[in-house]
Amino acid sequence: MSRLSIITENKAQTTVEELYKDLERRISASPPGLCPVDLASSFLKMCHAQSCGKCVPCRVGLGQLEKLMEDVLDGNGTLETIDLIESTASSIFYSADCAIGYEAALMVLKGIKGFRNDFEEHVLRGRCICELNQPVPCVSQCPAGVDIPGYVALVAEGNYADAVRLIRKDNPLPSVCGLICEHPCEVRCRRTLMDDPINIRGLKRFAVEHAGEVPVPEPAEATGKKVAVIGGGPGGISAAYYLRLMGHDVTIYEQRKQLGGMLRYGIPSYRLPRETLDQEIEQLLSTGIHVKTGVTVGESPNILELRSQYDAVYIAIGAHTDRKIGIEGEDAEGVISAVELLRGIGDSQLPDFTGKDIIVIGGGNVAMDVARSAIRLGAKRLRIAYRRRREDMTAMPEEVEGAIAEGCELVELHAPLRIEEDAEGKVAALWVKPQIIGPVVNGRPKPMDSGQPEVRLACDMVLVAIGQGIESKNFEKYGIPVKRGVIDALNWSGVKDISGVFAGGDCVTGPATVIRAIAAGKVAAANIDEFLGYHHVISTDVQIPKVRMDTRKSCARVNMKERSVCERVKDFQLIECGMTEEEAMQESRRCLRCDRFGFGSFKGGRVEQW
Amino acid sequence: MVKLTIDGMELQVKDGTTILDAALQAGIHIPTLCYLKNLNKIGACRVCMVEVEGNSKLVTACNTRAVEGMVVHTNSPKVRKTRKINVELILSQHDTNCAICARSGNCSLQKLANDLDILEMPFEKQLPKTRWNPDYPLIRDYKKCIKCMRCVQVCDKIQTLHIWDVAGTGSRTTVDVSRNRRIEEADCALCGQCVTHCPVGALRERDDVDKVLDALADPEKITVVQMAPSVRAAWGEEFGLSREFATAERLVAALRRIGFSYIFDTDFSADLTIMEEGSEFLEKLKNKDKETFPMFTSCCPGWVRFLKSQYPDMIGQLSTAKSPQQMFGAVAKSYYASLLNVDPNRIFCVSLMPCIAKKHECALPVMSDAHAGQDVDVVLTTREVDRLLRAEHIVPAELPEEPFDMPLGVGTGAGVIFGATGGVMEAALRSAYYLVTGSNPDPDAFRAVRGMDGWKESEFMLGETKLKVAVAHGLGNARKLIEALRRGEVSYDFVEVMACPGGCAGGGGQPIHDGEELGEIRGKRLYALDGANALRFSHENPSVQKCYEDYLGSPLSHRAHELLHTDHHAWKMPAEQKEQ
Repeated sequence: MSRLSIITENKAQTTVEELYKDLERRISASPPGLCPVDLASSFLKMCHAQSCGKCVPCRVGLGQLEKLMEDVLDGNGTLETIDLIESTASSIFYSADCAIGYEAALMVLKGIKGFRNDFEEHVLRGRCICELNQPVPCVSQCPAGVDIPGYVALVAEGNYADAVRLIRKDNPLPSVCGLICEHPCEVRCRRTLMDDPINIRGLKRFAVEHAGEVPVPEPAEATGKKVAVIGGGPGGISAAYYLRLMGHDVTIYEQRKQLGGMLRYGIPSYRLPRETLDQEIEQLLSTGIHVKTGVTVGESPNILELRSQYDAVYIAIGAHTDRKIGIEGEDAEGVISAVELLRGIGDSQLPDFTGKDIIVIGGGNVAMDVARSAIRLGAKRLRIAYRRRREDMTAMPEEVEGAIAEGCELVELHAPLRIEEDAEGKVAALWVKPQIIGPVVNGRPKPMDSGQPEVRLACDMVLVAIGQGIESKNFEKYGIPVKRGVIDALNWSGVKDISGVFAGGDCVTGPATVIRAIAAGKVAAANIDEFLGYHHVISTDVQIPKVRMDTRKSCARVNMKERSVCERVKDFQLIECGMTEEEAMQESRRCLRCDRFGFGSFKGGRVEQW
Repeated sequence: MVKLTIDGMELQVKDGTTILDAALQAGIHIPTLCYLKNLNKIGACRVCMVEVEGNSKLVTACNTRAVEGMVVHTNSPKVRKTRKINVELILSQHDTNCAICARSGNCSLQKLANDLDILEMPFEKQLPKTRWNPDYPLIRDYKKCIKCMRCVQVCDKIQTLHIWDVAGTGSRTTVDVSRNRRIEEADCALCGQCVTHCPVGALRERDDVDKVLDALADPEKITVVQMAPSVRAAWGEEFGLSREFATAERLVAALRRIGFSYIFDTDFSADLTIMEEGSEFLEKLKNKDKETFPMFTSCCPGWVRFLKSQYPDMIGQLSTAKSPQQMFGAVAKSYYASLLNVDPNRIFCVSLMPCIAKKHECALPVMSDAHAGQDVDVVLTTREVDRLLRAEHIVPAELPEEPFDMPLGVGTGAGVIFGATGGVMEAALRSAYYLVTGSNPDPDAFRAVRGMDGWKESEFMLGETKLKVAVAHGLGNARKLIEALRRGEVSYDFVEVMACPGGCAGGGGQPIHDGEELGEIRGKRLYALDGANALRFSHENPSVQKCYEDYLGSPLSHRAHELLHTDHHAWKMPAEQKEQ
């Protein structure tokens, strides 16, 4: 007998480790709309399997909870069963010895609070409130409902032009989205159950870049109805494009010199090249959309005047005002808001930051955009000061990673205190207070004063990127309802009690994503058409390819590559490299075609028109 | 010292005091179930939950230390509700068929559920399947186990045999024989300490009462019953009788009413054991160069099983003398049969023991030397004796004392202390002294081997010979002693080992009192009986003398060897079988 021995993993343990990963992926690919009681009950069973069995609440209690939840699910429960679940779960929460028990009980308690009505529905009617109404996970996750399995299949067949046509049915900006969409479609991709989600955005980019010139459809017969769209961002353009295809006479009012909104004045060209943006906008305008740039809808013209001149108005003004940080010294020379900087860059006014020591305040995508732009503008040193930890940043992880790769330093867990000015009123330093990460509140950890002394970060400039606001005052003044700073529109884009006025996108939701703006434009177009007394249909004659049978072999995901750091930081050219044809073929053929398998084969995997 | 408040009472306790003990100081009895002082403080049952101000979760009183300024509520609404639900959860997986449970009326869970006024069960009954050999002397009922882990702890910490362990995970977590073995494959000593520390009826002895009743009902059978020394110190506990009242003689009266033909005393054969074992030891001493020392006592079958499985190379050092139980059986079916002039096959030999291992010992194939079936046919533990008495509607409090039958009902004080740790050694030394020197020592000359220290050692002079002896009780102590012997750190001439703490007085077949260790108190009763006995030396037992004169000849004679000695190699423990 040896006193100690080296622990080696046996086959069972290695397999279980693999199963844990399978389960993680499975949960992340969980389809939307499942019965929450059933899910909670299954989770509970798994929690129970994790019990070491020492203590009663966990070993016995979780099992009894399982049984009670099954009673609810099988219609054998009563309202008292729900109360018993609650009191038993509370008891387990209070008395379990370790987190395996009390956190499992907490999940049940959260469920009782979060979807008690569903528990009650099961008990009282023997049914579940939830229904699975979108069988294809990527489509259901895409705010615009783009026919993703359709265009991925077209890419797999090399039919790129049809892929673009199919995308445009629901999203008129495939070039833009191929580069900068946040791709919520990939989050619940069923392929994740096997290995990794499909690189949907990468395939979209590939389709667009290999389709050649794809003409836009002919608009329908002119209706003689006039629609004004306020704001030439992605939402406004989308609404204008679909309304124009429906035969209406559309005019876009744009405050700035050029169309594009945040696509131009917010997103740096290294992520979205101006030529790509211009080309895509040009093509959409070629349907015959009128554009008035340099016109601010406010006093003159005001919204009511526009309403009287047009049959309908769509407000899509986005969220373009900078938010003040509210600390001492924020008016010093050298303090610039991110919005202001990016707006200038959008109109090709590139400031020279050569030799500057710059600090960016913020942790969102805009903070990363200004930081990386500043690097390209010659900054000598760039630091990003953030109150929380890196993993708490709201910026996409790849953006943070990119910024760091390009030389940005993260100053995590430091809250801005004040900006120190020199004798000439110029920025001399940013004072920050060290933080300690604290409790998780509503899913986000809260930073707290660490008790450490203040820190002085000497610098030449401070770029403030702490979010944007909406210029809603000019609309509020003329009777458009505004709630907490955003325009108060209904879920069908209409504005309550003001007939013919519609609103959507960032100005309604607060700063969000391009695909949500596009989706809002699509919804607005449909409902404005309806309001104008029509029922135009947007559809396409693109034929969806048949299913290939070679999709189910294990194959990992093709990720996007980027230009080398030392090369890309010197210019504002596109960072990301497109897929090769081989990659696109491999990637597109990984798609499991949920439109034709599973629930899709029963309920139909697509919405062919809207 | 720390100051704290419990249920509004301010008190001061020593640093390191648990909330449970602190509350007890304030007269507050927080209910517990799995907790066992000094042995099990794992907070598994979650019954002793209390509320400590400032904590959203409850804490276990048994293993949470009191800290300065703590404000504790032992019965807040949250505590009450949680405690009750936890007990209900335990009950949901416990076979609450209390009416047919050996522990009914002496069950900590039953008492707790009653105390908490649990009259209805909100949860579904979920009982596991039982897979256990019903013929094995130790019975485990999976349906009653509440997973308090006390058996695991006793076997690990006190007995170091690691027979029990947690088995499975998640909902199917239970206690089972360790390392996926069946109990028959494990090297269980059958000491029964897990049984006496079980708070419920999940562990018990195989009940053999019916076999005894069948024999009593058989007119062909002559039922001969022997009563082990320590039974007389414990049998009355079940009936709430004092040790002074619940004497051997009152139990004799009870047994006579039940209908046993002859009622004898194992003290007699304990004296016989001293004659054989003592002589064997003195013989060995004469050949000191050729023999391996120490010689170990062999009267505790739990210890024999332990040594055979754990240190099989030392089996040769065990005395070949049988245990008093087996000597009695062999004598009953030979010498006594001849006295009665009956066919020994008609004799049905029953033995009342504080022990579960005795049930196994009597069934060993080598224990039928009188050639009339097993020398001892059935062993009843003290608990079974009590159940037998109750089943026979005997009210011991109303019984007189009656004498044992003759001649095997005579025992000396040396015989009666066999039931306490050190007793065998002391009895042996008393007679060895006589055999060496020709005169009796002061009967209390060897009292140094008494007492509850786990491992005692002493030196005595036997005439010219200096004798170094040791006594261990509890198998963990035995293991320590043996390891030290094997490392050469200690050396002894003679060593007594008893598997159970306190010896047979604390035996695994004795009445159960949750949370109490009664070995010492019962042992003191045996020493009192020794002191009060006119006969203090085994060699002075007239019945023993007569037996040698009329039947056996002398100690270590051929016949004595045939009937009273055994070959410990003739049967195997699982570990020995594996070695072959």
